[in-house]
Amino acid sequence: DRKCDVHKLEEGPPLQAVLTREEGLQYYRTMQTMRRMELKSDQLYKQKIIRGFCHLYDGQEACAVGIEAGINLTDHLITAYRAHGYTLTRGGTVREIMAELTGRRGGIAKGKGGSMHMYTKHFYGGNGIVGAQVPLGAGVALACKYLGKNELCVCLYGDGAANQGQIFETYNMASLWKLPCIFICENNKYGMGTSVERAAASTDYFKRGDFIPGLRVDGMDVLCVREATKFAAEHCRSGKGPILMELQTYRYHGHSMSDPGISYRTREEIQEVRSKSDPISMLKDRMLSNNMASVEELKEIDVEVRKEIEDAAQFATTDPEPPLDDLCNHIFYNDPPMEVRGTNPWTKLKSVS
Amino acid sequence: MFYIRVTVRDALNQAMDEELERDERVFLLGEEVAQYDGAYKVSRGLWKKYGDKRIIDTPITEMGFAGIAVGAAMAGLRPICEFMTFNFSMQAIDQVINSAAKTYYMSAGRQSVPIVFRGPNGASAGVAAQHSQCFAAWYGHCPGLKVVSPWSAEDARGLLKSAIRDDNPVVFLENELMYGVPFEMSEESQSKDFLIPIGKAKIERQGNHITVVSHSRMVSLCLDAAAVLAKEGIECEVINMRTIRPLDAEAIETSVMKTNHLITVEGGWPQFGVGGEILARIMEGPAFNYLDAPAVRVTGVDIPMPYAKILEDNSVPQIKDIIFSVKKTLNA
Repeated sequence: DRKCDVHKLEEGPPLQAVLTREEGLQYYRTMQTMRRMELKSDQLYKQKIIRGFCHLYDGQEACAVGIEAGINLTDHLITAYRAHGYTLTRGGTVREIMAELTGRRGGIAKGKGGSMHMYTKHFYGGNGIVGAQVPLGAGVALACKYLGKNELCVCLYGDGAANQGQIFETYNMASLWKLPCIFICENNKYGMGTSVERAAASTDYFKRGDFIPGLRVDGMDVLCVREATKFAAEHCRSGKGPILMELQTYRYHGHSMSDPGISYRTREEIQEVRSKSDPISMLKDRMLSNNMASVEELKEIDVEVRKEIEDAAQFATTDPEPPLDDLCNHIFYNDPPMEVRGTNPWTKLKSVS
Repeated sequence: MFYIRVTVRDALNQAMDEELERDERVFLLGEEVAQYDGAYKVSRGLWKKYGDKRIIDTPITEMGFAGIAVGAAMAGLRPICEFMTFNFSMQAIDQVINSAAKTYYMSAGRQSVPIVFRGPNGASAGVAAQHSQCFAAWYGHCPGLKVVSPWSAEDARGLLKSAIRDDNPVVFLENELMYGVPFEMSEESQSKDFLIPIGKAKIERQGNHITVVSHSRMVSLCLDAAAVLAKEGIECEVINMRTIRPLDAEAIETSVMKTNHLITVEGGWPQFGVGGEILARIMEGPAFNYLDAPAVRVTGVDIPMPYAKILEDNSVPQIKDIIFSVKKTLNA
């Protein structure tokens, strides 16, 4: 149990939490699945089976898993491009995520979106333009309030995005209109290759919302994240308006697969986080030392996860690419079929909704 | 036949009023749309009738509120996002293109964005360079958007209703100088379900000698020019595009195959513009062989809009420029 730093709040989330065995095993499984999925993607990228942008989430698993544990699937969530973990917690399968990375027809976006553009129900991606997802998330929250279904929107962005003007525009409107929006800054200390000290005049991201109450949370501890999220959700659902959470976390990989991640930080730093604050190890140790699970049980989960990832990778590498006649589809929704110009005037392609 | 005179402004107002009433998910947001009754009074009376929930005044933060509108559309509402003028939409253009237009495609059909971006576009009177740009070509360039440019009150009413009922992002380019212009509207067009299909042009005046294609306020000038030319025995076929994207190339081609001559008339700049697109399509299509002279464009002058009246007047096409270009084309 650890105390969160708070901003414009009388009190923070509870200092203690209850973790049931069931919950623990579920969080462990999901985080391990996320970890292995990202590491497998690293492999496939190096084999050139995944191409383009690939921003991996390993190290940050406690954030995605902890947040989902604090909300409902009927709530809404939007994030930026480091999105594979959230696609999983929001109902995507490893198979369809990996097949999207390899650009196959079985991908969650039929191969047309790629790493940064994956969507599920009540999950609005996957967004490539830094910061643009934040006004979108507040818009989703506006819809939640308008439709009166007691749902909220979790709206994520990184420490790099936190300096974007449109985020401050969003803080203003969300606060004025009391939108049920949990703004979450995943502070992994680096915006691409720029450390937080070099990018932000104030690195107290949980205070940057100014008039919006904020909390700073240990993002490597899945229970801290869960309890903070529950606290934040309660704040929103009670009609108090938006709230801001800073999750202090870390990414093991570089910014993307084209970044080795060691020109702007040391290997020692990465190693230290791995050995002292790894989210999966921390949960595992906690469960073992409290006799909530046995070593064998957790190993069995590891084996199952490994198999699931292997199967998914197999699918992702053998599923065919999308058919060429899908090229021009999905331009408009609910429209009659139309013609799309090809690369030359004689090529007329067909587009259906 | 029963006709009433309605200004473009009132037609837009009535269209929004009816669509707000018809579908609870429709709402309007933008600067001064509520308590001010709209910067140009297009949303007059709506806040009084529908209240804070449906008519929302925003702070002066286009990127933020356009993004909020797009997010609301993704989550099941049907927003009308007003830009006080489309010049300010440049602040928010990333949300229009990257968040709205491309999303249905990137998600392979999972996530649609039923939103309308509307507001005055193009030149006004004396508002100078930063407030006078035409964005038809910029938005018309992008797949995933529908771009509409009404001229008359009937256009405004029928196209805005269609835009609001469309399940896709629609950029709706109005014109400030047209807001106060009255048009006769038929009884039929007063029906609550009167819709004009997006993507279909209208022949405003039939003629055999030359096809004159235009959109928005310039249609008025083309009709005025056509009236003058008719006295000299030149009959222009004036086509009102109504929609920029998807462009009704077929209507233009059919006309050119009849008249054998073509000019386009627009308020925007010449380079990489609406006229350029039309001419390219004619080159590439069946109508090319029917041209007896090169097709040409009449456009705004290729400069930022000046302030002094004499300069401003000479920065946009005038009736005499259209007449001149028609005669040059016919004599060529």
